[in-house]
Amino acid sequence: MTRLSGLAAAALALTLPLMACHERAAAPERVLRVCADPNNLPYSNRAEEGFENRIASLLAADRHARVVYTWWAQRRGYVRNTLKAGECDVLIGVPTSFELALTTRPYYRSTYVFVARRDRHLHLASLDDPRLRRMRIAVQMVGDDFANTPPAHALSTRGMTRNVVGYPVYGDYARPHPLSGIVDAVERGDVDAAIAWGPPAAYFARSSAVPLDLTPVTPQIDLPFLPFVFDMSMGVRHSDKALRDELDDFLVRRKTDIDAILAKYAVPRVDAGEEPSS
Amino acid sequence: MSAWRGSVFVLQLLGAVALVACQRQTLDSSPPASGRALNGHVRDTDPARLQNDDGQWVMPAKNYSGTRFSGLDEINSSNVSRLGVVWTFSTGVTAGHEAAPLVVGSTMYYVSPWPNILYAFDLGTPGYPLLWSYDPKPLGAAKGVACCDMVNRGAAYANGTIFFNTLDGRTVAVDATTGQPKWITQLADINKGETITMAPLVVKNHVFVGNSGGEFGVRGWITALDIDSGRIAWRAYSTGPDKDVLIGPDFKPFYAADRGRDLGLTTWPGEAWKIGGGTVWGWLSYDPEADLLYYGTSNPGPWNPAQRPGDNKWTAGMFARSPETGAARWFYQTSPHDLFDHDGVNEIVLMDLQMNGTTRKVLTRADRNGLFYVIDRLTGEVLSATPFAPVNSNKGVDLKTGRLIPVKEKEPQLNVVVRDICPAAPGAKDWQPMAFSPKTGLVYIPHNNLCMDFEGMSASYIAGTPYVGSEAVYKAGPGGNRGFFTAWDPVAAKPRWQIKENFPAWSGALATAGDVVFYGTMEGWFKAVDAKTGQLLWRFKCASGVVGQPIAFKGPDGHEYIAIAAGIGGWPGAIVSADLDPSDATAGNGWGAALADLKKATTKGGVLYVFSLGNSR
Repeated sequence: MTRLSGLAAAALALTLPLMACHERAAAPERVLRVCADPNNLPYSNRAEEGFENRIASLLAADRHARVVYTWWAQRRGYVRNTLKAGECDVLIGVPTSFELALTTRPYYRSTYVFVARRDRHLHLASLDDPRLRRMRIAVQMVGDDFANTPPAHALSTRGMTRNVVGYPVYGDYARPHPLSGIVDAVERGDVDAAIAWGPPAAYFARSSAVPLDLTPVTPQIDLPFLPFVFDMSMGVRHSDKALRDELDDFLVRRKTDIDAILAKYAVPRVDAGEEPSS
Repeated sequence: MSAWRGSVFVLQLLGAVALVACQRQTLDSSPPASGRALNGHVRDTDPARLQNDDGQWVMPAKNYSGTRFSGLDEINSSNVSRLGVVWTFSTGVTAGHEAAPLVVGSTMYYVSPWPNILYAFDLGTPGYPLLWSYDPKPLGAAKGVACCDMVNRGAAYANGTIFFNTLDGRTVAVDATTGQPKWITQLADINKGETITMAPLVVKNHVFVGNSGGEFGVRGWITALDIDSGRIAWRAYSTGPDKDVLIGPDFKPFYAADRGRDLGLTTWPGEAWKIGGGTVWGWLSYDPEADLLYYGTSNPGPWNPAQRPGDNKWTAGMFARSPETGAARWFYQTSPHDLFDHDGVNEIVLMDLQMNGTTRKVLTRADRNGLFYVIDRLTGEVLSATPFAPVNSNKGVDLKTGRLIPVKEKEPQLNVVVRDICPAAPGAKDWQPMAFSPKTGLVYIPHNNLCMDFEGMSASYIAGTPYVGSEAVYKAGPGGNRGFFTAWDPVAAKPRWQIKENFPAWSGALATAGDVVFYGTMEGWFKAVDAKTGQLLWRFKCASGVVGQPIAFKGPDGHEYIAIAAGIGGWPGAIVSADLDPSDATAGNGWGAALADLKKATTKGGVLYVFSLGNSR
């Protein structure tokens, strides 16, 4: 209650100067231009059902702005055709170390997770679990030129290839949730387990017809250096430092609200936020 | 002049009527309709005959052999210096213009990069007015799927029809006279990462089309469509069981490594073949006498080499097939278990060579892996494989086994910095097609001189998924020049002459009976050089970098013309056309550092040019 009224007061304080301006000349309405994928749940979709949509709405409300989306499939050329083309100004979720954008402070850290049916009682947690060699394991695939997801690299480093099944991260974009394929494969029993990125894995596991267990992958960093945990930030153009600072401020002030949104979407956390959900 | 055009138009109409009649009958393989023009020329619509008419240019490679050689010689090495522009046309599109124009009768056709608009120009009227344009309205989403700029490599003419592909995965048949669509067949699914960028080829009653998108985990295929209906006649995949690859009793590969059951399954771990690449985005050739269709397959993907132990058949190699049934005759793998993104899709140029006192029916290929192959086109036997550019990542081919000999210390590995791998991922030569002059016996190869460093790892993010990869940084090879234009003697297996180019030579080549060879450069020079000596005879600075394919044709006035599209783009040219940041060394894969100066050398924009000797004849 107190917190809410405090926020209201803050909002009022922010609005007052604006209202003063209105009396001289109508201030242009602020527009928050967000770059987003129109079909990429649990992150975003055109119906604004993803957690990045929710965070964008929270941000817009906080900044007394209106969200306008630039929709573009999150594939090669995504940043080039959206943020860098000046079509929009904010990427809601990118890795903090992402080079194509100026990133904010991280607002969550997630992890790759093992996904398996609970009725299999596998309790997988480690890449070094000897049972993996006898299992059919699904991983997400990215593309050639030596780019791939950490589990794809880690399994081949351990000599596991024949028992590994690849699911292109792009999925089938004609479906309403292209990222769900790898979790569906576990649910159907096409594979014994999957190693997938936490946010989509947890989101689609929730709607599985059979209970699925999710456990964070260990080690978090596979030596010599293959990370399975990633800090996630917002991203802006490298020249937009003022906007980045404004977003940093928002992320600090509204951390509780953001955490609540992430929790609602069962995003596995390995930072100070929510505990990894299962 | 106008009477001549008028009669052609009427005859085309008659041809169309005759065709309609044909379509009602059961499909047969009899020659398509033809008419007789007033001037006595047979108005032919079969590319099998049209390819021999040097007045026209009915397929991007000029002919089924893929020589890109014109028998015209009005423009020759002694007068080409007087060549001048007679016409230009702005496409209004700023992606890479890789397509060859076509000339059929008195009409010139051009298909633009996405949005893939087909233009028809009347060459019989001053100013070459636009007769019509056809907009297939490809989905904008296709742009997000295309790996390497939104290019289109051209159309093909047959049977009164222009056939071309759209980036969003359709083959379109458009009436060459009216510009009205006859049929449209959806072949590739952009939702799964498939696009189409290649130019189709028409042989008899089939048009052949292949997919792009190896980076997205698609499974490569070539498909034959009925030219009248657009119905799929057959499809042959590049991976998977023999029945999917159309490997049957006719399959007789030359080397033991290619014999065995279901190698498209067994040379992959698990089910990796299902998303194994081997797309067919390059060139097709055809030998009418042997009745064999030739084409190459792209690199395996999306798996890294360590994740796909095995030869990964039938990727990174070339097939000979029956055009009628698709049945495979032979296969040869240029890069077994490809390590370097070395697609095997470069053009296959057919020729008969005098070798060791006998005439050999061969095909030639300047491959991404840096080797110039001379292969018996009937059997698939490698006769020679010789480096035509700096190569240190392989030691040529073991002619006993046919197998590429790898160099262990140049193999890219995760977490390991490997320097100076030559050639780089785009290869010693990429898609840019070479030309062959039967007059000089030389092959004219536009190509790259690029090496690369594999450096460390970086985190990136796509489709909501963080991932890691080694970064490839491309750079100039030995000598510091990034491109070459090489005249290669395929019999002696050595260069006759070579021109250093500052940027990779990313345009096609054209050779003519006038002993002139044409090609373009990424900074925008369109050049004519002496076919025998390589001496620069003429050059013209185009509005934008040239990555197109030059053609020669005879205008309605009976004179020779040269046409080329300028418009920087394509994989390396995307630095300019897509405005990539050259300060990021890995922009556009590894091109950022290698072509940091390209943005200063040219700007984007598509312009079609026609040149002639004009008043100086």
